Formats: sequence, structure tokens, C-alpha cells
Amino acid sequence: MKFQNPRQVYGETLLELGRENKNIVVLEADLGKSTMTVLFEQQFPERFFEMGIGEANMTSFAAGLSLTGKIAFTNSFAVFAAGRSFDQIRQAICIPGLNVKIVGSSAGLSDFGDGATHQSVEDVAIMCAIPNMTVLVPADGIETRKMVRKMVEYDGPVYLRINRHDLPDVTSEAEEFVIGKPGLIREGRDFVVFASGIMVSRALAAAEELAKENISVRVVNVSSLKPVDEESIKKLAEGVKGIVTAEEHSIIGGVASMISFVLRGSGIPLIPVGIDDRFGQSAHNYNELLEEYDLTSDAVVNAVKKLNGKK
Amino acid sequence: MKMTVTELKKIAATLRLDIVKMVGVGQKGHLGGSCSLSEIVSVLYFYKMKHDPKNPKWQERDRFILSKGHAALIQYAALAEAGYFPKAEIENVKKLGAMLQGHPDMTTTPGIEGNTGSLGQGLSMACGMAAGLRIDKKSSKVYCIVGDGEIAEGQIWEAAMTASYYKLDNLYVFLDMNRLMATGPVVERYDTNPLIDKWKAFGWHVFDIDGHNIQEIIDTLEKAEAIKDKPKIIIARTIKGKGISFAENVAAFHNGELTKEQFESACAELNKIN
Repeated sequence: MKFQNPRQVYGETLLELGRENKNIVVLEADLGKSTMTVLFEQQFPERFFEMGIGEANMTSFAAGLSLTGKIAFTNSFAVFAAGRSFDQIRQAICIPGLNVKIVGSSAGLSDFGDGATHQSVEDVAIMCAIPNMTVLVPADGIETRKMVRKMVEYDGPVYLRINRHDLPDVTSEAEEFVIGKPGLIREGRDFVVFASGIMVSRALAAAEELAKENISVRVVNVSSLKPVDEESIKKLAEGVKGIVTAEEHSIIGGVASMISFVLRGSGIPLIPVGIDDRFGQSAHNYNELLEEYDLTSDAVVNAVKKLNGKK
Repeated sequence: MKMTVTELKKIAATLRLDIVKMVGVGQKGHLGGSCSLSEIVSVLYFYKMKHDPKNPKWQERDRFILSKGHAALIQYAALAEAGYFPKAEIENVKKLGAMLQGHPDMTTTPGIEGNTGSLGQGLSMACGMAAGLRIDKKSSKVYCIVGDGEIAEGQIWEAAMTASYYKLDNLYVFLDMNRLMATGPVVERYDTNPLIDKWKAFGWHVFDIDGHNIQEIIDTLEKAEAIKDKPKIIIARTIKGKGISFAENVAAFHNGELTKEQFESACAELNKIN
């Protein structure tokens, strides 16, 4: 299985786009070596703005740049991008629907060492709550590249959530990324797992494990949290005995909330795998944290089995 | 043809009258902080700025951002007077579905350049606009107005650092020093002084003027244009509620209501100037 680092892919794609489109400008809040905007900075210093450690000002400044026709990408860790700049995103960008792209890097628990202050468990919920906002969570490097390109084509505010670590390729290079469309990753009959981000690969591993026990599990990559094609979600949930949602985010306001809302009234039982209304904490490595918060393929296996036990 | 100072004085009185009409009777409206800006806004829209009411998105235009967005009424009055939309629109201000919202909305109102109202953000937006125009090598200028109460917002000082770090000399800021915040005098409630020293320390060129003296506003803008490699701020000493005797220097008219008698008295006083 090939692994790619989403933030490396993001930085490289931004650089490619910078060559193709001179309207692209990039803003950074002193984390360019982590978010990988450093690649753009080296090539296009005149279109790169170091904004210092001031996310609020960076975000409103980006709104101003977009008002002069620029496609502005702001960059910080997800927790700050969505948290410290919430009001700026809401007021100056989303109310008028400005063409600003907010990129939240080192999202979820992926900045494992830095602890609760730097780990975003609620960024997707915050961003989804804002009218006019589009919220994207890539499952791998392949999808990251496609999404960043799509963000430039799309005229309007977008929030992109990027993991800090290498992720296995799970999506297909050939398939076009369409905003709003969930992607079928693995066909299955009995259950469906709607997953996002790193949990897509973990859901796939779970499906393989369950196949050994003759439990057939469909895996769907919900990489557009908003907007979402509700008809596709309903279709992908057709005929299953149960649903599992899986996300590296609070179960409030992310995939679990969205899927339960879309499938309300369907009567299909649902078990959410996600962060259970808790903050993150420091750990010596990422996996240790993912285990502590039950963000594992085993957690998905257990959820499916639990649903399978129900009649 | 540029207007004369005498003509601009009349425009300022007309704008104040329109503000009073928009506030109306028995409805809350941001009277004080709109009236304190009448001369500055008159000079910008009717003397200084390159703009075209018939073509609001003209690429070469100067930009105006009202960071203290609650003073929207002065901008609406100026836009209507300039011909961005029919003057009759001002009667519909804040009505459900109206073009003129409680705070400036670029999606509904021609001539509004950005959405402001959550205080402290407009200066950052103006900086971004100034930077964007510079990338495109445009000669357009960006004008921005902040309030002396508003600058308690920390983001103002983030933007102040940005403007001087990036040497945004196409940015011209007015600080409406009307000395009153919503709940009382700035010096008693939350003192944002000393203004001149603070802005100087942040790397700005600072002017200190009478914000109701039209000639002084014009002359200062001219002097400011000669200063390169620095952002410029004009601290404009103003009177909140200026032009309406009973409302001058009264914090209650920050966002207050007018009685029928007050409304008529204000109209009569302003009509005298015209």
C-alpha cells in the first residue's frame, strides 16, 4: 500500500496551482514548515504573506485580498484556523460568500505531542454550522490533491481539513472528485461504514477483517461534510442492517451527526465511532492516541458486530 | 468637477438629514457615530475618491471600508446621494428584505465593498485590499474608518502591525475620535488613549485634525499622499451626534430612538443649513 503525506501533497499542489494561476495568494501564520506552504513561499514570495502569529487578522486580510479578485488560501493548524478565526470567517467571508480557502492543518489528534490545545475535535462542527461554507476532509493524498484543485475551480469559501501524517492511498486516482458526492470505496451488502479522513483506511481494514467472518461491509468515504448529496447517502445506505460512522472528530457535529440527520426516519440502527465529547491530550505517538480514543479498525469491527447481534 | 468646500458643507448637512430620516421615529438607529463622520464621508465620496456610481465594480476605483460598520447610515446616505441606488431606498432601511441592512452588506447594496459590523475586522480587510491592489500594480487607494471605541479590539493592532510591516502606503485610515462609546465616555469606560503615541509606535504616520473641518480634511489627505512606505492614519477629532444640538456628545444617541419632537427638531435644524 502506498502512503502519502497530505500536507506535503497540499504544499506541492498549491505550488503547481501557483504556477498555473497568478491570482492565487497564500497566507501563513508562522507554521509554513508544518503546513508546507513554505513550498509556495520559496517560489512566489510576492504572492505569499507571512502574517505572523495572528490568525484573526490573517483571515480578514485574506477577505480583503479576495475582494480584489485574489484566490486566498489561509493556513494554520485546524484548531486555530477554525477556532481563533471563527468570527472573521463568518462575518467577512461567509456572509458575502467570498472566495477564501481556509486550510486547517495538523487536524484531529494528529499533532499528538502538543495535547488538547493543538488538537481539533470540533473544527468540522464549527465550520459546518456556518451558512455558505463548504467543508472537505480528504481521506488520502490522492484526494487531497484533487480537492485543492477543485477548491480553486469553485468560487466561494471552503474549509479543508488536513492530517499531519502519512495516510495510505484508499481512493482511486481515476475518479473525479465532486464536491458533495460521497465516494464508494468498497462494495458490501450487510452493513455500511460512512467514514472520513484517516478513518476511511481503518474502516477498510475493518471490512476486510469482517469479510473473514462472512460479514459484508460497504465502505463509503464521506469527504464532503458540507454540502452533501443526501440522495447518494440514502442510496448507499439502502438494504443494510446497520450503519457505522467513523471519524477523527467529535461525534457531535461531524460525520455521525450528518449521517444520522440525512438518514433520519430510516429506522436503520447506527453506531458512531468517533471522539466521545472529549478533548485530546498529549501522547508519544499518534497511534497511541487513536487507540485511546477508540479510533481504530477494531472499534469499527466491534460496532458492526454489535449491530449484527441486533435483530 | 470637484465640489467646493461650501458645496461639501451642504452635502454633509444633506447626509445628516438622510441619517435622521433613516433613524426615523421610535426605532433604534446609530445616529451619533454616523453624524460624527458626515464631513469625512462627504470629502471622500464627493471630492477625493475615484469611483463611478453607475459602475460600482469599476476596476480602477478607490475602495472604502467602514470598519465601524454600525455607522452604516452615513455610508448609505452618501451612496444614495452619489447615485448608487435611488434615494427612496433609504426609507426601507432595516425593513425585512431591504437592500439596506443594519450593517453594510456588499451582497445587497451597490457600492459596499465588504461586510463589516463585527468590530475590529475592517482594518484587516482594508489592509488585504491594499495589498491585493499593489500586487496588481493598481494606483487605487483604500480608505478605511475605525472608531475610538472600536480600537479596543485586539485585531486592530494586529492589522496595525501588518500595515506597517508591509508598508501599505496606499492605505488611508480615519480614526473617528468622537470620544464616546455606547455606554459612555471612552476615557471613563475603557480608555483607548493615547492614540497618537500608539499609532506612531506601530509604525504609522499620524495626523491629528478637526474631523468636521472640510478644508483640513482635504489638505490632510493631500499631505498624506506625499508620505511613502508607511500607512497613514488621520485622527479626526469629532463630535458624536454632530449637527443635531440635542444629540451632540450624548452617548444615548449611539443607538437611540428619536421622539417625534426630536425628529422634527433635528430635521428643522439641518434644513436650515441647506
